[in-house]
Amino acid sequence: MTTVAAPSAGTALDRVDGPEKVTGRARYAYENVPADLAYAVVVQATVSRGEVRAVDADSVLQLPGMIATIWHENAPRLAPVEDAELTVLQSPRVAYRGQVVAVVVAETLESATEAARLLRVDYRPEPHDVELRPDHPGMYRPDHVNPNYATDSELGDPDTALAFASVVVDATYTTPAQHHNPIEPHATVALWDADGLTLYDATQSTSGVRATIAPLFALPPESVRVISPYVGGGFGGKGAPHAQVVLAALAAKQVGRPVKLAATRRQMFAVTGYRTPTVQRVRLGADEDGKLSAIVHEAFEQTATIKEFAEQTTVVTRMMYAAPHRRTSHRLVRLDVPVPTWMRAPGETPGMFALESAMDELAVACGIDPVELRVRNEPTIDPERGLPFSSRNLVACLRGGAERFGWAGRDPEPGVRRRGRQLIGTGVASSTYPVYRMPSQASARAEPGGGFTVRIAAADIGTGARTVLTQIAADALRVPPAQVRMEVGDSALPRASVAGGSSGTASWGTAVLRACEGLMDALHRRAGDVPPGGLEASADTAEELRSQRPLSRHAYGAQFAEVGVDLDTGEVRVLRLLGAFAAGRIINPKTARSQLIGGMTMGLSMALLEESVMDLEFGDYLNRDLAQYHVAACADVRDVDAFWIEEEDPDLNPMGSKGIGEIGIVGTAAAIANAVYHATGIRVRDLPIRLDRLIGGGI
Amino acid sequence: MRVNISVNGESMAADDVWEGESLLYVLRERLGLPGAKNACEQGECGSCTVYLDGTPVCACLVAAGQAEGREVITVEGLASGGELDEVQRSFVEAGAVQCGFCTPGLIVQAHSLIESTPGVPADAEIREALAGNLCRCTGYEKILDAVRLAAVRKHQP
Repeated sequence: MTTVAAPSAGTALDRVDGPEKVTGRARYAYENVPADLAYAVVVQATVSRGEVRAVDADSVLQLPGMIATIWHENAPRLAPVEDAELTVLQSPRVAYRGQVVAVVVAETLESATEAARLLRVDYRPEPHDVELRPDHPGMYRPDHVNPNYATDSELGDPDTALAFASVVVDATYTTPAQHHNPIEPHATVALWDADGLTLYDATQSTSGVRATIAPLFALPPESVRVISPYVGGGFGGKGAPHAQVVLAALAAKQVGRPVKLAATRRQMFAVTGYRTPTVQRVRLGADEDGKLSAIVHEAFEQTATIKEFAEQTTVVTRMMYAAPHRRTSHRLVRLDVPVPTWMRAPGETPGMFALESAMDELAVACGIDPVELRVRNEPTIDPERGLPFSSRNLVACLRGGAERFGWAGRDPEPGVRRRGRQLIGTGVASSTYPVYRMPSQASARAEPGGGFTVRIAAADIGTGARTVLTQIAADALRVPPAQVRMEVGDSALPRASVAGGSSGTASWGTAVLRACEGLMDALHRRAGDVPPGGLEASADTAEELRSQRPLSRHAYGAQFAEVGVDLDTGEVRVLRLLGAFAAGRIINPKTARSQLIGGMTMGLSMALLEESVMDLEFGDYLNRDLAQYHVAACADVRDVDAFWIEEEDPDLNPMGSKGIGEIGIVGTAAAIANAVYHATGIRVRDLPIRLDRLIGGGI
Repeated sequence: MRVNISVNGESMAADDVWEGESLLYVLRERLGLPGAKNACEQGECGSCTVYLDGTPVCACLVAAGQAEGREVITVEGLASGGELDEVQRSFVEAGAVQCGFCTPGLIVQAHSLIESTPGVPADAEIREALAGNLCRCTGYEKILDAVRLAAVRKHQP
């Protein structure tokens, strides 16, 4: 206890679970093998709306190795809960094509797969409606947007301001449905015993899955244990449980054996969520110097008939730039489609594509450099909330990024730089993400044999949470990180908030730090003596978070892109991508850089490749694998780099950190689209920037 | 049917293998080697990459019967005597690992590239060699760093 180590926070500690992951020893959800295991495979609806009339369960039960077919007539009853995505197999209604209408359970995966293929389901189909249109008569105003923001906002008189503005941009942008596609498919192993239900699940929140699943089976939360030490990526898709978690638990209950259930890659396009497509109209009014007088941002989005998810697409516009007259709104339509959900920076990602494209159009219209235009419209306080910013270094990111990128002296003329077969252009966009912090608990324990164990039910979905929390604990305990054993990913550990909203380090770090401080106090009182049974302290941050003063807290960034567009084929290559970020104190530069670059690359992928195409006739997403839903591969990425500026912000949390998991994707697509405009003179307002949109645009 | 395979230098046999069963399924579900990952089941993502007689293959695309009597090396077989292979060590040190689900396939693919390239491969060669291994987390930059680092260590020890 007398050791005093150099601080670990701020150093590039190697990922503490790296060795498990590079050797194949890390056990993911599907790789748990309880005794007497059975395999479950889902059967998906082949109509987009209607009712299941009959399931010919008997004929497949004759197949070798079959254990059970479960559908709405014989499924165990679930307690009614609000979330209809989870009350699976309880009614004959089909709400979208691909919804699970039955589960087959067999001794082997191949038997179950074969039976699922052969199972005959008869439907009474009804006409479906799956097309998102801004003028859809079913458009309505939701009560709030995710997670709990006002649906609309208005200040001043934006219509009059637009009518009198010297320069007006009025443009409509669209973003397609996008699927998370973490490399690990969603998977659950469910096991019932005398203690209740155990779920080995791929999740961003073991505490959340426990709290959500327990009521469905009329169990107290302590009778459900969710174990998830390693998760193969989530990006929001594993933020809340989807049908497969309930189906695994329900099937295991029905057959009285442990059951394994994984969504296949193809099934994931219907049953594990996606980012809603958006149609966004942005109107900007400005004077000739580019000073904004009015900002209007309206979003039109879809949700499912069985569950509302309202992506907060225009909320970011409420704080981004100064303007006296402003309005934002969200309208939704319930369609016969799968249930959308959180996907990396929900709201900011589609919203900033539209806003930052429109800002570029305004820069062109005013003849002002796009970096300078943004600097001119920098607010001094949060424009709609009227609150001071805890820190806001957007201008430093724009200036610092411009310098490192070599932006100075850029010729704004579009379509004039040619290198071989390529037209070359550069673009910029701002980036931002809110600072969230959620209540969590943690415990810290001094072990009698030396060393410390720190426990929290946090999830490390690849972010590096396990590593960064180890560093925070080590510093609080004043020992090297090697003396700290960090346990995460189990609902039996002290309750933690979801790995979402880029809030993990802030939320869990505060709890870990407070538990370690409590332990240090206890040790101090004992003059450093650790009793034979060890010494433990715990913390709950609920009270601390309630006393946080109201401020506008956000991370900021600026993204710069250089593209080359092939004159003959329209192929866009991102030659360079540079992100400058201001995100408070960076606790581990190695894991942080990877998060930022990874986010930017997902943004590149969104800009050029990602698009889930709705089949209007059959009513579901057509491209249901990685051969047709393209995500950026190594060869698509050339030169992506990120850096950050030093930022001290005492009004965040004891670590002084802002979240970095999501900001990297925000604005990237706009920076690339703006660069494509600069290269070609063609403004692509609909993502992704496909070849046909450039060839058709007259490249 | 029974399938006999040498896996990581050890003779192994799997019984009751179904004719359509993949090598990946046999490794993961029957032989207790879940290092190679199942992520797309159709050869698009590379997460299941293993060596088959010295050639990297997508284990999801190889029928188990095709592996009869042949030699398979998985990510579990690269570390020897508790010592990480150079490629594994470089992935950890360069920060090339995030969620870890693409990592085993990438490590086998990168290992093969380094073994078969005299000297340090050029960036274009690395990007091309790894283009069939999708990673959704890292943005690939640190994976490139890891491959360069491992190649340098191997060729200029």
